[in-house]
Amino acid sequence: MTAQEVDKKKMVVVEGSYAVAHSVKICKPNVISAYPITPQTHIVENLSQFIADGEMPDCEYHNVESEFSALSALVGASAVGARTYSATTSQGLELMHEVLFNVSGMRLPIVMTIINRAVSAPINIWNDHQDSISQRDTGWIQLYAEDTQEAADMTAQAHKIAEDKDVLLPVMICMDGYILSHVYEPVVLLEQDLVDEYLPGYAPVFVLDPKNPMTFGAFAAPSTYTEFRYLQEQAMGVALKKIEDAANKFNEIFGRYYGGLIDEYETEDAEIIIMAMGSIIGTIKDVIDARRSKGEKIGLLKVRSFRPFPVEATRKALKNAKVIVTLDKNISIGLNEGALCTETKACLHNTNIDAPVIGYTVGLGGRDIPIHTIENIIDQAKEVMSSGITVESQFTDLREDLI
Amino acid sequence: MKSLLAPGHRGCAGCCDAMAAKFTLMAAGEDCIVVSPTGCLEVMTTPYPESAWEVPWIHSLFENTAAVASGIEAGLNALGKKKNTKVIAIGGDGATIDIGVRSISGAFERGHDFTYVCMDNEAYMNTGVQRSGATPYDASTTTSPAGRASFGNPRPKKNMPAIMAAHGSPYVATTSVAYPKDAIKKVRRAIETEGPTYVQIHAPCPTGWRFDSSKTVEVGRLAVETALWPMYEMVDGKIEAVKKIKNRKSVEEYLKMQGRFKHLFKKEGGDAEIKKIQEIADANAKQLGLDM
Ligand SMILES: Cc1ncc(C[n+]2csc(CCOP(=O)(O)OP(=O)(O)O)c2C)c(N)n1
Ligand SMILES: [Mg+2]
Repeated sequence: MTAQEVDKKKMVVVEGSYAVAHSVKICKPNVISAYPITPQTHIVENLSQFIADGEMPDCEYHNVESEFSALSALVGASAVGARTYSATTSQGLELMHEVLFNVSGMRLPIVMTIINRAVSAPINIWNDHQDSISQRDTGWIQLYAEDTQEAADMTAQAHKIAEDKDVLLPVMICMDGYILSHVYEPVVLLEQDLVDEYLPGYAPVFVLDPKNPMTFGAFAAPSTYTEFRYLQEQAMGVALKKIEDAANKFNEIFGRYYGGLIDEYETEDAEIIIMAMGSIIGTIKDVIDARRSKGEKIGLLKVRSFRPFPVEATRKALKNAKVIVTLDKNISIGLNEGALCTETKACLHNTNIDAPVIGYTVGLGGRDIPIHTIENIIDQAKEVMSSGITVESQFTDLREDLI
Repeated sequence: MKSLLAPGHRGCAGCCDAMAAKFTLMAAGEDCIVVSPTGCLEVMTTPYPESAWEVPWIHSLFENTAAVASGIEAGLNALGKKKNTKVIAIGGDGATIDIGVRSISGAFERGHDFTYVCMDNEAYMNTGVQRSGATPYDASTTTSPAGRASFGNPRPKKNMPAIMAAHGSPYVATTSVAYPKDAIKKVRRAIETEGPTYVQIHAPCPTGWRFDSSKTVEVGRLAVETALWPMYEMVDGKIEAVKKIKNRKSVEEYLKMQGRFKHLFKKEGGDAEIKKIQEIADANAKQLGLDM
């Protein structure tokens, strides 16, 4: 039997949030600290129930009064050597902003699921990526999941990457609000014996311990501060490989693989390559299948790791493309483009690749991205291929009646 | 008693925070983990790669100290490492009474076993003596300066001990760096009491309050002897003991030692203001039965 056939037998139909909560439980965190916010609530509710049912005997669940304290509590817990987990989204993540820098600066390998949601104002509880993208420079690894199985499996991978002694960086597992968090799909729930084989216990070298007193969070003057940042950047460089390793090792043990830093779909001979992150990947693949059957050379580059940004892997995947399309569920207002567009252009600059990069802002605040939107974008990319670039980046599916 | 705060830190001469931290560590002993917010104590004790702390110590941010402490306690419990290790937060009045209120309130409501020590030097000293919620009535600070149209800080001190007692804390106490034995005794009792406990240590700051650096203890004693800083213990929300005062002194004696109140003795209308401050002291004495 193939791995896929084995998996099919083990599949159960559960909500995405349940699959993730189950993974969290199986990864045996010592401290969970979180604050409820739609659409993350089902994860923390499931975890609370596991605790209430005595299924996580070595875990303390912290019911805090805010996201700010949720992550702050994990700073303390992680510093005494606990494996730590949180989950949040949108306003909650924005409220954590200051703590995010603190966590990565102190090199605490906290893992957090981000159920991607739009940010206020106007208040909106539906999916886009503005929340996590806004935290791009906080020093956290950011991985984006395509489906619920990947998000669930990524939980174990995230702990493995974060806690690697050559990395020691916090990780955000980003999954699309509602589209993934609330969907019921067949998934394989992580098995305890396999995870125990995959993920060793967390055994940090530096901890707060009265027997060996250390100072955490000292202040650094101009004479020492830069090197702290440099070492974080180096750790991100190491993480590039560790993210791949974690995906490969996962494949070895579990027989499931979603790409490492990136994943490629029909890119080999592709003239047009679409780049995207998260659940939209599935829709794009469907469109590509249809176009391929008509002989059109379209491919997909799924960016799985947004931080560290896979510069080399991206260049390699794009080297023969004639037009590159980026789809962003976020927008840098004032530049009129999303982060993937900016990063992609930046990583191609100073190379021999001079294919035009065209960016589309899609799916803000949960607006549906139907097949025909992707079709239109591909048609526009084909025009760019024949007659050159006219618009670098633009909004899609605007309602003219509201403007 | 061994001091676990090493000398050679960068506190000012006569620094009150150094005294408060030293007494806290004397009460705690070696088997503890300490958390501090951003503030004078943090800055003066830990310029990387130096540290004056001979116990494990962590600084995260300005406003999350109680949350970090609660996470330490939870982490130790989950790992089976709590045993006798004490978790202690020690931070300034700004970090505690203003920006850290959400965090301290949440941690006390959750009932963690830790002690929070507030070093109350009555302003944001680390950033240059700006007012805080603990700044007393009429004190001139850099953001509540006395001026032609102002006598300084327009509001009395926030009553943080009462707020912490209202959280159901089993032990809340006030003390002063001017009374080391009292301070050590109360911090020790707080640490030995199970649950979230709170001690506010009055801490006269020579730099911020503008008095001679040899006078920290003298000024601190006068705050107590005038009843402007009453010292008491609350057990389960009820006053259990107060430090009685023999021949209570007039607030004028206290005020005139400090540059931050100098304007009250120069400006027209100052007398009436001093009277108002005396009324605050009288009310404290009456409410707590301080007079012997
Ligand atoms: C979020 C945030 N706001 C403001 C500051 C600036 N800041 C650092 S320390 C401090 C004042 C500290 O006052 P206090 O807590 O009373 O301690 P002290 O230095 O007086 O002992 C301020 C305002 C900061 N570090 N973080
Ligand atoms: Mg202060």
